[in-house]
Amino acid sequence: MIHFDRVSKRYPRAGRDGLRGVSLEIAEGELVFITGHSGAGKTTLLRLIPLLERPSGGRLTVAGVDVDQLPRRRIPLLRQRIGVTFQDHRLLQDRSVFENVAMPLEIAGVPRREAARRVRAALDKVGLLAKEQVDPVTLSGGEQQRVGIARAVVNRPPVLLADEPTGNLDPELSNEIMGLFTSFQAIGTTVLIATHDLDLVERLGYRMITLEQGELRADRPAREGVG
Amino acid sequence: MSRRSGRADRGATPKRRRTRAEARRERAALRPGTRRDQPRSGRPPSAPLLYLLRHLQAAFAAAGRARRARLHTTLTTAVVGIALALPAAFLVALENIEEVAGGWQEGAPQASLFLEREAEPQAVREHAGEVAANEGVVDVEVVTPEQALAEFRAGSEFDAALELLDTNPLPPVLVVTADRSLTPEQVVSLAESLADDGRVVRMRLDQEWVERLHAMMNLAERALWSVGVLLALAVILVIGNTIRLTIESRRHEVEILKLIGGSNGFVRRPFLYEGMAYGLLGGVLAWVLTELGRWLLAGPTEQLADAYAADFALSGLGLAGGALVVATGLVLGLLGAWTAVARHLAAIEPR
Repeated sequence: MIHFDRVSKRYPRAGRDGLRGVSLEIAEGELVFITGHSGAGKTTLLRLIPLLERPSGGRLTVAGVDVDQLPRRRIPLLRQRIGVTFQDHRLLQDRSVFENVAMPLEIAGVPRREAARRVRAALDKVGLLAKEQVDPVTLSGGEQQRVGIARAVVNRPPVLLADEPTGNLDPELSNEIMGLFTSFQAIGTTVLIATHDLDLVERLGYRMITLEQGELRADRPAREGVG
Repeated sequence: MSRRSGRADRGATPKRRRTRAEARRERAALRPGTRRDQPRSGRPPSAPLLYLLRHLQAAFAAAGRARRARLHTTLTTAVVGIALALPAAFLVALENIEEVAGGWQEGAPQASLFLEREAEPQAVREHAGEVAANEGVVDVEVVTPEQALAEFRAGSEFDAALELLDTNPLPPVLVVTADRSLTPEQVVSLAESLADDGRVVRMRLDQEWVERLHAMMNLAERALWSVGVLLALAVILVIGNTIRLTIESRRHEVEILKLIGGSNGFVRRPFLYEGMAYGLLGGVLAWVLTELGRWLLAGPTEQLADAYAADFALSGLGLAGGALVVATGLVLGLLGAWTAVARHLAAIEPR
């Protein structure tokens, strides 16, 4: 589903490499954790997939699309097919939870009634159906993260990316959020999660990729019977 | 080979050219599936309808925003309205003046040819025939010295003085009426060609002031255009700046929309509609202001017209003129928004 072929990313302004010749193959329907210290390139790797940044070298293919050569005007189509959640949630504070989650559907031009149905389904999935008319500011960090997840999955994308979804959450909430992601993987979504919560990753036993200073350090396959 | 892998380590894989087949495959992969694949209830509407719906969506979004930022909207609309009202009012004034001038010009232009005093009545009549044969001459009237003297006597109180003269001092005159359709310049050249004759002592043309008026009107019209162009530019800049500020204040939203796959068109549309809304409202305001001005001036104008015993009423923009002002506002609004959008939206890329 996602194919990295000696992909590198250099930040010329900072004068450092985000990624150095990473080759990686992620199959459809896989759930993969990406770990490493901060600055190891986890975020860069995730940001390259929906072309939030362009790779400086190598080939990157997502769902059969040669992403590194994708012309600018096709980027929105790519992003519509990839759900992303962010560490800082990236929600619009002047819109309700419902409106935030409905945005991808608005972009895709889904009719209003159908959109409302799907938004409610997504909010139900993350357990926030009761708060659909609330402003995101009033929500806790975990709840905002869940709104972000609902927004990422509302358009049923085949690929889901999450950057530090359990960032500053307590273990119980982290478990809950990870449970959400595994449930999406169970219905065939390819999921990539960047995290530094090694305990959690170990416990779940999915495939784990370790990055170090922009290079691939380890690629541990999933434990037997998982994924 | 070793060179190749060495390069690959630095990630400098050479860019390949994409083949046509690859591009087609990619397009297929990015397409969200045809309409028929989607469940009946959630099927998006057909492409043209979807396009229209999106425009409606953007228009409503812009309207909603304008309603929320009422002061902002009011101020921008006022500036645009006043800027558009100035040239509109100027135009109305010019049209009214032209109408008045047209009324005064009624009656075809006339030129008087003063002939030699010794000319025989027979020769004068022949001369009149020659003049009448000229193109553009509608009528030639012969005024003999005797007729002129009689007219002069009747029209003045120089009776006693005239009695003292033993000969008639007045020359025979040909009053030439030119065709009404001739332009002032053509009338002048016609009169000059008639005067360019040994038998004609002097020529007087009764339209100098009309010419001057025409020249002034031309000047005013040119001035109107330059002022109009400048004000149109001002409207574009004002709306462009307003939209730029809006974009700046909604930067976060633009970023997020682009992040989750909003195309440039999708992000742009609400701002373009906002610009058009300012232009439209400003145009309507300009129309209202112009009509208000006319209404205020109607009384004094009537008094002035009465004083000149003229039958004249101020005409306004009319439906066509008003529509033109509103349409101009709309177009300028769109242009202004476009200048801002083109420069600032592309610069906002999601972090």
